Amino acid sequence: MCRMSEFVVREAIVPELAETTKEGVIREMVRSLQGTGLFTGCDLDEIVRAIMRREQLGSTGIGRNIAIPHAKHDGVEKLVGTIALSKKGVPFDSIDGQQVFVLVLLISPKDRPGDHLRALENVVRSMRNDDLVRELRQAQTRDDVWNLLQRDTPAADKS
Amino acid sequence: MAPRGPETVREPMRREIVIANPQGLHMRPAAAFAELAGRFESSVIVFRDEAQPVDGKNWLELLLLAAEPGTKLTVEVAGADAADALDALAEILASPTPPGEEGAAQE
Repeated sequence: MCRMSEFVVREAIVPELAETTKEGVIREMVRSLQGTGLFTGCDLDEIVRAIMRREQLGSTGIGRNIAIPHAKHDGVEKLVGTIALSKKGVPFDSIDGQQVFVLVLLISPKDRPGDHLRALENVVRSMRNDDLVRELRQAQTRDDVWNLLQRDTPAADKS
Repeated sequence: MAPRGPETVREPMRREIVIANPQGLHMRPAAAFAELAGRFESSVIVFRDEAQPVDGKNWLELLLLAAEPGTKLTVEVAGADAADALDALAEILASPTPPGEEGAAQE
């Protein structure tokens, strides 16, 4: 797994979040993932609660206006993710106190820690690229975001 | 207090540790490790492959290791408090339930 586009569900990308609270944006992102039919058998609220419980253990706002909310849940068969952008900023209790503008949300099955760890690595590695973060924040459409993710090849920056 | 400065550079100390946390070295244990590492004066690096070390005081760099349960990582510390640092860091890294994770629901 070396590109975010391998686990971000294209149709679930949210180029401009309507919500402006932590729980609100998480719910909006999970709903967008659910809208693609990925976890029809389970409850939206249950997944949102799992992600919020994880946030209570420590914010996944990693600084530099980026957050990686996540949860393990058996409502998915494999790790899935989505990316969302906020134009207004979302208070997220981030490690650096800054609002969040770029969010990557991950849901993975409980018995697959390796997939979660590799996805986290991938997101963290990608987001070290300031140019990518800036361009994501300027993206207007789902296709803009998708094209940026496809272009991004973090495996190449291991120098 | 021991004398400090370039004239007293100490040999780095290393220890290999197997990740015991059933979820691997994910966000919270990485943050706990980096926070502990930051309390020591010694430098701390961690690697799976010697050619790609990461800064043990930076939790995001630790996530780049993507260390699953069972992964062998090497911790290398250098500095005046290296011995204490190595013991403490090895303990937290080898623990199946690092601080902050006791009784926590699986994330």
